[in-house]
Amino acid sequence: MSALRKYFANIFHSLYTVIVGMKITFRHLFVPAVTIQYPSVKLKLPERARNRLYVNIDDCIGCDQCSMACPVDCITIETIKATPDQDLGVTSTGNKKRLYVPTFDIDIAKCCYCGLCVPPCPTECIVMTDVYEFSEFDRKNLVYNFSRMTPAETAVAKERARKAEEEAAAKKAAAAAAAAAKQAAPVQPKPEPPQSPPTTTQ
Amino acid sequence: METIQAILSNDIVDAVLLSILPIVFILLYALVTLYTEMKVAAHIQDRVAYMRTGWHGVLQPFADILKLLQKEDTIAANADKFLFILAPYIVFIGTYGGYAVIPFSSIYIGSNINLGAFFLIAASSLVVIGILMGGWASNNKWSIFGGMRSAAQMVSYEIPTALAVVVATMITGSLNLQDVTRFQDGGIQNWVVFGGPFPLVQRLLLLPFTLITFLILFTASLAEVNRTPFDLPEAESELVQGFNTEYSGMRFAMFYLAEYANMFLVSAVAVSFFLGGWTSPFGSFLSGPVWGIFWFIAKGMVFIFLHIWIRWTLPRLRVDQLMYTSWKVLTPFLFVCIFTVGLILVM
Repeated sequence: MSALRKYFANIFHSLYTVIVGMKITFRHLFVPAVTIQYPSVKLKLPERARNRLYVNIDDCIGCDQCSMACPVDCITIETIKATPDQDLGVTSTGNKKRLYVPTFDIDIAKCCYCGLCVPPCPTECIVMTDVYEFSEFDRKNLVYNFSRMTPAETAVAKERARKAEEEAAAKKAAAAAAAAAKQAAPVQPKPEPPQSPPTTTQ
Repeated sequence: METIQAILSNDIVDAVLLSILPIVFILLYALVTLYTEMKVAAHIQDRVAYMRTGWHGVLQPFADILKLLQKEDTIAANADKFLFILAPYIVFIGTYGGYAVIPFSSIYIGSNINLGAFFLIAASSLVVIGILMGGWASNNKWSIFGGMRSAAQMVSYEIPTALAVVVATMITGSLNLQDVTRFQDGGIQNWVVFGGPFPLVQRLLLLPFTLITFLILFTASLAEVNRTPFDLPEAESELVQGFNTEYSGMRFAMFYLAEYANMFLVSAVAVSFFLGGWTSPFGSFLSGPVWGIFWFIAKGMVFIFLHIWIRWTLPRLRVDQLMYTSWKVLTPFLFVCIFTVGLILVM
């Protein structure tokens, strides 16, 4: 008897649960969709979302700290020393610029968006923006060149730096030679100390 | 005009035209159903489905078909090529054969034979052979599993289907679906699902049994077309699409088309036997050959919607549950129905 009862209870239960399920799905047929149709509708990003890097090259002092902080080495910086007679101006934070920055490349394809390059920057010129749509067909296009110096300008700056360096080297050599000459000429005046200190006797 | 009439009255031209009409319908209906299925599925899950191909993605079915047409047609190296190529056509032919006896309207039926329903059940059995053939010829363990499951399932569920048709035949007194439909003419109260056009007492006595039979026919038809919750032959999560794992391109599309055609076929059987076929639910209001087509397709599409709705509601049954349902629930219930309906009709 109980088996028969179980049989009918089972049938009733399965029909009942089917109806419950279908009621739920039917209700959901009229629930507004939660889909966000991405390219036409975009979600607002959080305030501190970390996306594509941007460098304000006018404020960069070429200190290389962001590049050193980068865990994946995606920032490449080259600098050229400015000669003392040149004034490169100051950054918006008041730091004096002493270096040309002919190369400031960020390979955004390598970037892991950790944001570690941002805090070390003394002039706050490297920042993470909210731009996240920058796919490219060619991977080379993902290397961003932030420096605005032309090759000609770079060559000039290099040449000047080299000359300044040579001059400095020549000056140094001359100074060294003079110093050496100075040192070599008066051999006598310094008398030997009468006694050696006791510690050196052994 | 006369030449056109002469051409139209030619027997062979007539036969060709009559046999082409359902395929035109199937193609149009498959496009609509592809779209409806995806949209209903998405909205049940609170999504939106296609939105970019045309207005709300109405052109998506065309894009899908274009994609299937362009696809590379691959045949596995160790497959049985002949059977592999043949299988999807067998499946489609089996389904399409059934359309021969479906009365779309009072003036249209492919073949007005007395054994209509019998022929339909026999022809759609061919689908099993096609699916098993496809599974076997693929020479893939998942496919053969799918084919075997399909054979076991469809053979099992043909029994409740046939028995439910027997109940309806006992009430309507005919196997010809056109006669069955005419029997229920005159409005919603004459439909067999509500007891048929009998005196009130007899009708009330019949009502519970016809309702149960209708429900069982619907359940069995779901299993016949391999739709969820009876989609064990396909079972993408366990059998990797089952019997059509190895199929691609147009051959795959053929299986798909056959499945959709089969969905409408089983719905058409349920509609013709239980819901008055092409007759208007309002008696003589809005009735006529053209309205007949409308009512028939509208009723069929309600079933299609039900199929889709159930697909996105219920999980798949286990194999033993599937067999239990068929042999221990549906079949005994139908025996009781046959016996009782017979008694009521004799009284």
